[in-house]
Amino acid sequence: MSGADIYRELILDYYRNPRNFGKLEKFDIDSRDTNPLCGDEVEIQIRVGEGQKIEDIKFVGKGCAISQASASMLTELAKGKKLDWVREVTKDDVFKMLGNPDLGPSRVKCALLGLKVLKTGVYGYLGARYEDSDGPGETP
Amino acid sequence: MLKTEVLDMEKVRADFPILKRTVHGKRLVYLDNSNTTQKPKAVIDALIDFYSRHNSNVHRAVYVLAEEATESYERARRKVAGFVGASPKELVFVRGTTEATNLVRFAWGETNVKKGDLLVSTLMEHHSNIVPWQLLAKSKGATLKFVGLRPDGTLDMESFEKLLKESPRLVAVTHCSNVLGTINDVAKICAKARAAGATTLVDGAQAVPHMPVDIKSFGPDFYAFSGHKMLGPTGIGALLAKKELLEEMEPFHGGGEMIREVFLDHSTWNDVPYKFEAGTVNIADAIGLGAAIDYLTGLGMDKVREHEIRLLDYALQALAELKGFHQYGPLDPKERAGVISFNFADVHPHDLATILDEEGIAIRSGHHCAQPLMRWLDVTAASRASFHVYNSYDDVDALKAGLKKAGDIFKV
Repeated sequence: MSGADIYRELILDYYRNPRNFGKLEKFDIDSRDTNPLCGDEVEIQIRVGEGQKIEDIKFVGKGCAISQASASMLTELAKGKKLDWVREVTKDDVFKMLGNPDLGPSRVKCALLGLKVLKTGVYGYLGARYEDSDGPGETP
Repeated sequence: MLKTEVLDMEKVRADFPILKRTVHGKRLVYLDNSNTTQKPKAVIDALIDFYSRHNSNVHRAVYVLAEEATESYERARRKVAGFVGASPKELVFVRGTTEATNLVRFAWGETNVKKGDLLVSTLMEHHSNIVPWQLLAKSKGATLKFVGLRPDGTLDMESFEKLLKESPRLVAVTHCSNVLGTINDVAKICAKARAAGATTLVDGAQAVPHMPVDIKSFGPDFYAFSGHKMLGPTGIGALLAKKELLEEMEPFHGGGEMIREVFLDHSTWNDVPYKFEAGTVNIADAIGLGAAIDYLTGLGMDKVREHEIRLLDYALQALAELKGFHQYGPLDPKERAGVISFNFADVHPHDLATILDEEGIAIRSGHHCAQPLMRWLDVTAASRASFHVYNSYDDVDALKAGLKKAGDIFKV
């Protein structure tokens, strides 16, 4: 069952009180994207420290509870990890982080916007290119 | 609050097969009619009948099927044109309003807009009445400016008059806003624009489905609307233009059907409106739109409008009782169409739409293809409930109950 069940305390809490919300004064990575269907926006900034570690990370954004909570939780998860971790983190990891809510196909994009922004920024910094698998003919 | 019906709701609702289905085990409450409407059985049957009995191409072959198909297609053209008080010679079948504005952009704009010209649109337009003019302005070196809005969601006529002093080449305005529901005084706008020497285009996508429209009464140069928003099939719509204007315009798409004679070095064009209907046209869906018009005419567009005014009146009062409910647009139901865009406390429209979906209620959430207007409203997104003939007071009550539930979940 999808629907109202997804709005558990965890997601609402991060929506109302987003952690790591704001901008960094000094950053090495700045990545932003929107979800054209919904208009959700997420921008993530990262300061890279020694050993290619995510020394600090913040996000700003506007949008639904799912997109904003997901981006916020992702920044918490990423902080202190090595950039390479970003290559390994998967969509399933994000769903798990959110407590495996049963999202419909359109809301999945909200949940994954933060991940897309994070990956695009970090891949770019590492000289690679992140290809998102959502496109015509594909269901997320 | 008064709950009186102008339409025979039981009968109307029985005409729409989809209303029998359930969503998440609940009765379907379809409130996304500004996006697209449901189809009555008469429209679905018209499509089945065409493909089962008459299918063939039009305007070409001489056998019985082809003659029947041609006659049905042209009958549809007469019906659609007549529905808005136009002549069939002035009606080009297009895919929808978006194709219509793009047709005008190319077939009229490429020859009539010059470097330095001014094009005028408004802040309350759907993207389909903004982006083609941006593209045209860019390719021609013209400028695009926008008529502003007043706080109540109506057009700022002072800013319009100011722009008219700059002698615009084109004034492109919506008849009715898909977000605010505002019904614009297109007669006044067209008359003033004409006096300033501008060509006028009116986007009727949200007007023709909901109220009686007689384009002769305000005489726009171009008028466009979509079939799928008025109980007809997707992929069919109409561009209406004065015959002389269509005659002097260049073709849009080149190919079969739109030509008179083709030589290797040049071609001559078919009569209007066929000059603008290149390739095999959307025969079945044009016939389906004709059936939708028969259906609406049977109900009476005056009654359709009155039905929506009453629902809107009821809904605006009922929803205003909810703490945190904020709607956009004129308050008087007589000045707007049956659409309510709103926000509800700090519940994001997409979250709200998901919660309502669980209750079987379909509303639109997002920017409604009107991002400049959303910026003007200073919101990133809004929810929108919009009505058509099959919506009832019960649907409004269901929406209100759904909002209450969302309020509980989000602890509003």
